[in-house]
Amino acid sequence: MAEVSAIGKKLKETFPEAVTGVKTFRGELTVSINKDYIGKVAEFLCNDDESDFDYLSDLCGVDKSRLDNSNAFEVVYHLYSLKHNHRVRLKVEIPASNPSIKTVTNVWKTADWHEREAYDMFGIIFEGHPNLERILTPEGFEGYPLRKDYPLKGRQPASLREVYRKGEG
Amino acid sequence: MTATTQQVMTINMGPQHPSTHGVLRLILELDGETVVKSTPHIGFLHRGIEKLAEHKTYHQVITLTDRLDYLAPMSNNLGYALAVEKLLDIEAPKRSQYIRIILCELTRISSHLLWLATHALDIGAMTVFFYCFRERETLNDIFEMVAGARMNLSYVRIGGVARDLPDGFVEKAREFVNVFPGRLREYETLLTKNKIWLMRTKDVGVISAEDAINYGLSGPSIRGSGVKWDIRKSEPYSSYNEMDFIVPVGKNGDVYDRYLVRIEEMRQSNEIVRQAVDTLPKGEFIADIPDVALPQKENLKKSMESLIHHFKIVTDGICPPVGEVYVCVEAPKGELGYYVVSDGTKNPYRIKIRPPSFVNLEGLQKMIEGHLLADVVAVIGSLDIVLGEIDR
Repeated sequence: MAEVSAIGKKLKETFPEAVTGVKTFRGELTVSINKDYIGKVAEFLCNDDESDFDYLSDLCGVDKSRLDNSNAFEVVYHLYSLKHNHRVRLKVEIPASNPSIKTVTNVWKTADWHEREAYDMFGIIFEGHPNLERILTPEGFEGYPLRKDYPLKGRQPASLREVYRKGEG
Repeated sequence: MTATTQQVMTINMGPQHPSTHGVLRLILELDGETVVKSTPHIGFLHRGIEKLAEHKTYHQVITLTDRLDYLAPMSNNLGYALAVEKLLDIEAPKRSQYIRIILCELTRISSHLLWLATHALDIGAMTVFFYCFRERETLNDIFEMVAGARMNLSYVRIGGVARDLPDGFVEKAREFVNVFPGRLREYETLLTKNKIWLMRTKDVGVISAEDAINYGLSGPSIRGSGVKWDIRKSEPYSSYNEMDFIVPVGKNGDVYDRYLVRIEEMRQSNEIVRQAVDTLPKGEFIADIPDVALPQKENLKKSMESLIHHFKIVTDGICPPVGEVYVCVEAPKGELGYYVVSDGTKNPYRIKIRPPSFVNLEGLQKMIEGHLLADVVAVIGSLDIVLGEIDR
């Protein structure tokens, strides 16, 4: 685990303009990445021998609006390397007004459903995703339930309920 | 195949289909009996657990985690408790760590038993079903003895477990541990060299190691492809490093290898339980940190301070420092991860659950392409999915 901080350093050297922050909390390394570079950074981390992050554990969205009033979303990637047994967390901030980011499905195929879920829950658009559709909520669902402005008891329009009643769709 | 015009037929499988193990719906495109393409539709069981969790206190979320993989509630509880403990920077006492191991491994056995029962039933081997449920009954009795519930245990607490092991538990666990290897052999005589079983499972649903990694499979599903990766070994938590066990791996990555891996895992889990019971340390079952860990229930009757702390924690909740952690455990199905973001208030700001079944199911499309329709059921069974954690 000593090499964890080395990954942050190396990333910063390779992509000086991409890395906007490196933080360690409870022994977990978090690297903030500029949105435009996520594709390159992902490819680099997956293929580089020293980091070799061949396994994408998790990908998810976070609505930051109530955390620091920033009116932004975050896409969080949890990477793992089977060979070196180390982990890193990548964070990319994207504006809530235009929540779009490049897909990483070309690097890790597993990102497919994770990205669909982030789209479903937060409305984050993953550019270049092969099939960006809602995954957990039904077709015709309105709103993005995990955004902080979506109420806990959010109601769906009557038209959607009607679809359920009739058993269509 | 002769040069007849290819006619692709689309059929719907599920969500009310007994061998989709829940409410999974598959749209299958068939050419004759060969699967050309499959599209899983999920979400029928979506209850918005992640949204709900944002409106609960940290302790209340424990009961929600039971409802993820309802066949292995202990692993879910444990993963979540470990995440919050890491956020708080506290550690559970040794005894509670061992209790957690014992119960986690028993749930692993129980979960694998249900998998074996239903998986065999799907493929047509009915006898195994009854045997597996016999052993599950014993396990459920043990769970009931410890937690008071047979399914949704909610036994883990932040900083330890809810109460100490009851009298007679150790004897009962030992009895099970001694009987179980024989029972496992019994199941194996029914399946492992059974010609029909071999024909239905060998070279079916093959996935290579590289693909398995790229598709993010975990648990027995990736070990069946020969990837030796078990979080209990690679990133040991809760004193797993003090246990002696091996990680079984397959070779071909087919349904049969995943079957063998799980069978061997049950044997190893059984040995872990034996070791943990034999070396169970004495001491507290929950950490004595009044601000965050619930005081022992017994003390409420005699200590004013405990009563006050209990009241404070239950009504006010706890406020971990601002920060974020990702903790994963080796659940029976694979890597179960919790990403918890705290904003310093009593409600978690965001909890993302990384369910192993969700990701494993993603690999299904790859595995059944080009296989026969009848094999689809075998492959779904071999992934051991639980829709409760897929849909959350």
